[in-house]
Amino acid sequence: MDLTLRIWRQASADAKGKFVNYQVKGISEEASFLEMLDVLNESLVMKNEEPVAFDHDCREGICGACSLYINGRPHGPDKGITTCQMHMRNFKNGETIVIEPWRAKPFPVIKDLMVDRSAFDEIIQAGGFISVRTGGIPDANAIPIPKLNADLAMDAAACIGCGACVAACKNASAMLFVAAKVSQFALLPQGRLEASERVRNMVGKMDELGFGNCTNTYACEAECPKEISVTHIARMNREYLVAKVTAPKE
Amino acid sequence: MGKTLQYSSITKKIIMSLAGLFLTSFLVVHLIINLLILFDDSRELFNQAAHFMATNPLIQIFQWVLFAGFIIHIIFGVVLQIQNWLARPVRYEKKGSSEQSYFSKFMIHTGAIVLIFLVIHFVNFFVKAKFGHIESISYASGTYEDLGWLIVELFKDGAYVVFYVVAILLLGFHLDHGFQSAFQSLGLQHSRYTPFIKLAGTLFSALITLGFIAIPLVIYFS
Amino acid sequence: MVKLEAKVPKGPLAEKWTNYKAHQNLVNPSNKRKLDIIVVGTGLAGASAAASFGELGFNVKVFCIHDSPRRAHSIAAQGGINAAKNYPNDGDSIYRLFYDTIKGGDYRARESNVYRLAEVSNNIIDQCVAQGVPFAREYGGLLDNRSFGGAQVSRTFYARGQTGQQLLLGAYSALSKEVGKGSVQLYTRRDLMDIVVVDGRARGVIMRDIISGKIEKYAAHAVVLATGGYGNVFFLSTNAMASNGSAIWKAYRKGAFFGNPSFTQIHPTCIPVHGDYQSKLTLMSESLRNDGRIWVPKSLEDAEKIRKGQLKPVQLPEEARDYYLERRYPAFGNLVPRDVASRAAKERCDAGHGVGSTGLAVYLDFADSIKRLGKHVIEARYGNLFQMYEKITDENPYETPMMIYPAVHYTMGGIWVDYELQTTIPGLFAAGEANFSDHGANRLGASALMQGLSDGYFVLPYTMQNYLADQIGVPRFKTDAPEFEQAEKETRERINKLLSINGSSTVDTYHRKLGFIMWDYVGMARNKEGLQKAIAMIQELRADFWKNVKVTGTSEQVNPELEKALRVADFLELGELMARDALIREESCGGHFREEYQTPEGEALRNDTEFNFVAAWEFTGENKEPALHKEPLVFEFIEVKQRNYK
Repeated sequence: MDLTLRIWRQASADAKGKFVNYQVKGISEEASFLEMLDVLNESLVMKNEEPVAFDHDCREGICGACSLYINGRPHGPDKGITTCQMHMRNFKNGETIVIEPWRAKPFPVIKDLMVDRSAFDEIIQAGGFISVRTGGIPDANAIPIPKLNADLAMDAAACIGCGACVAACKNASAMLFVAAKVSQFALLPQGRLEASERVRNMVGKMDELGFGNCTNTYACEAECPKEISVTHIARMNREYLVAKVTAPKE
Repeated sequence: MGKTLQYSSITKKIIMSLAGLFLTSFLVVHLIINLLILFDDSRELFNQAAHFMATNPLIQIFQWVLFAGFIIHIIFGVVLQIQNWLARPVRYEKKGSSEQSYFSKFMIHTGAIVLIFLVIHFVNFFVKAKFGHIESISYASGTYEDLGWLIVELFKDGAYVVFYVVAILLLGFHLDHGFQSAFQSLGLQHSRYTPFIKLAGTLFSALITLGFIAIPLVIYFS
Repeated sequence: MVKLEAKVPKGPLAEKWTNYKAHQNLVNPSNKRKLDIIVVGTGLAGASAAASFGELGFNVKVFCIHDSPRRAHSIAAQGGINAAKNYPNDGDSIYRLFYDTIKGGDYRARESNVYRLAEVSNNIIDQCVAQGVPFAREYGGLLDNRSFGGAQVSRTFYARGQTGQQLLLGAYSALSKEVGKGSVQLYTRRDLMDIVVVDGRARGVIMRDIISGKIEKYAAHAVVLATGGYGNVFFLSTNAMASNGSAIWKAYRKGAFFGNPSFTQIHPTCIPVHGDYQSKLTLMSESLRNDGRIWVPKSLEDAEKIRKGQLKPVQLPEEARDYYLERRYPAFGNLVPRDVASRAAKERCDAGHGVGSTGLAVYLDFADSIKRLGKHVIEARYGNLFQMYEKITDENPYETPMMIYPAVHYTMGGIWVDYELQTTIPGLFAAGEANFSDHGANRLGASALMQGLSDGYFVLPYTMQNYLADQIGVPRFKTDAPEFEQAEKETRERINKLLSINGSSTVDTYHRKLGFIMWDYVGMARNKEGLQKAIAMIQELRADFWKNVKVTGTSEQVNPELEKALRVADFLELGELMARDALIREESCGGHFREEYQTPEGEALRNDTEFNFVAAWEFTGENKEPALHKEPLVFEFIEVKQRNYK
């Protein structure tokens, strides 16, 4: 199939960017979206032009590195997958595909379609963990956990930290990302001990970094490649409310 | 404003939702009183109720609480919206459409129009009733200001009726998202009850909207 | 001349690790603060090591190539992690896990290391549960186990089909905790350019900042490489795009010996290759073999019809199908180890029974399990894998059998390390897939995660102290030593050279060519002639690369082409070493199958009298033949037997 690609090009973080149109020809429907970009890049290199920079790594939908905003949707037109898992059969011959980087103040563009998502790491560093040291741990079966809770925690833990929720949200809010981690630990007895501090610290960091506010639009849930539910956001709101009301005066 | 900005995003949302839910109670009372005008051609019931609302000391105090509710809801709404705009300084060329609660996209817009409506409404009725002169009307139960007459007169104006109906429709959209959204923001979510809350929210918004719209339409066409 | 000393503690097998810990040297808390450790890589091994060092009080600098430590390729492991907990009460024990691992590795691993691995496996599960890893549970609230290839017990813990992800996120959260506290400094988007050796000890690294292109120098008292395997030498593999062998290759060139480079694992259940521009292969978890049955058409005519699309697999009656694994290995059936399953698939396809448009695929059929257990059970177990398969192939595995084919997946070979995970360069340690490690000639499923975390959480925090104990008097290093300057200069020269060639072929073209050579001659089946040919071809390709490669852009910017070029340059050397290693090992063992050495039934034929050793290769200079050292493998505690899965 032949396609027109309208791609955001930006030389560096400080440079001014613009859209550039490219033609690619003879793309197989079997090819993945990133393989299609590989073809484009190889042709650019042969023409002595700079290839399009984009983040990608595992190419099987789990590392969370790929991050393209394709035709108005993070990770493109299919549901429940990442860009690298999307295949060209989702597009029509002759179509124009608009490819943009994630847009959010805390995710500045580094080059072309690459953005800096270290804000997510900072949020995790603020409290997205259970404070146990290596070693000296009781037997794994010492604390039984209801299967229902373990399964719900797993649903939340499936987050790959790609940032599609932020990209999709009209407010560039990171609530689904933060809620997934807060909710995972809130559901497990191991995580309850620090639940109050965790939710306050993580939400505080999220706000500080300049993410938008949640307006319960639920675009995040619709675009999450791991289909993480907004019910986790509700759980976080609940956790936060309880934490705020019950926390001792600082 | 400084303090408002310091609240965390979730706190602001919680305050927004509490204020919003509180304001819906005002809508219910207001609608019930308004509806009285349709069931009594002499406007006695309505004027009596309006008189009660205007003179009862408890209601007078409550009126300020209500004002506060509006102000908080508006200020927080605006602050949240500004922050949201700032969170994406560069917009997408191709706009997304992934939202699942459609009206959530237009809360600030519907909210703003409802606010304008509110101001006009306020001038038309509240200010006139409080500070202007309104003819009195006597019934067996007593003599009241004939506020009902003011309404009937206003709703004979077609343009005003259209404006009123549109504004109320937008209010309905605002409510449809706002109602269920408030529960989500408060963390009141449950796989069993949330679908009910969403349905109740939509029904509630529809009833409020239909109720308010019915009044000018009935008056205009009768 | 470096002596190959494995430093295995004395005493009975089960007491070696306890004895080691009882007698090793330690560093007291106030001294730990004065010591710096560099960890390169943030996969399971790197993240867990860095977090544990940080908790102990060392100053840690940790580097990752990605934008976040959480993206390391450990994240892609699907199936599970082994441990000898014996929760299902089915007869498991530390000894049995140890035994299965040695046997699965075809008796080419060091007994003492493998026993330690089995010993700490249980601690790993405890640790991860405490970190909040949501392992699968039973209705009673206790942990669930599943069975995996090469074992007769159910000892595999799992978190849906995302076990690697969950374990890595556990280690990442521990690491983040330390980063937040300031005991670990995190450097992202850094590519290792060289290792700096001062007075015979590893003292630092040269890094390239991928964003700015700046060349940076970092010094420390010890360096840990946890940079994963080198399966990408094959171009197409299940490894991630950024997975590379450059860090360990630099270590090799600086004097660390390379152990068993030819030991590569070919995973039997991958989605078959589809087109010329394919960039990577997707693995389908081995756990699928628990409920799927592998078959090909019995007759060549049926196979031909299926390839042409004239016949659908579901139309083929039961008697016309050849469930070749169940036929050949009745005891283990579809659950034979990976190397055996892969070779059997290749054998069938080479014989003309393969399916799919290319004829390089076999069926993995769930029809029986769906009939027996119901669709919902299969969906609960493998739903996400089935969905992934359908997204890629556009076929519904609930209705038609999956197609699979072997693909390069893991490298058992790696930097040679002693019992302390120290390389032949003092102060340089290697952990996880980067070391030659515990899997011998073949790794069992769900053991890679176990090894990575074992090295990082429970081995290195001890052995590192033993090394650093006599370093407490060594003041903090500066990076202006001549060795740092020299390494930096060499790095710049190498980069400038690559950018100045401006030839006519892209980096990927070379990588693809190298991949074909490796797959054809150093892949699932090898022979002397082919390996010699491969060595010559790789040398030729390498020479051509340095004359004709085209790398666009500059070094002072984000330049993915340059990054690739640096890696492929190393792969072009590493590939040759792999072929050399395969050539001298005149036996078949595990993943290393020499066609000249097989039993009449086509099974691997080991030669324990001549090849019962670890091949440790020493770099002797540019374009010179490397020197081979042998670490004899002594099996004191188990009897060496021909592997038998019948």
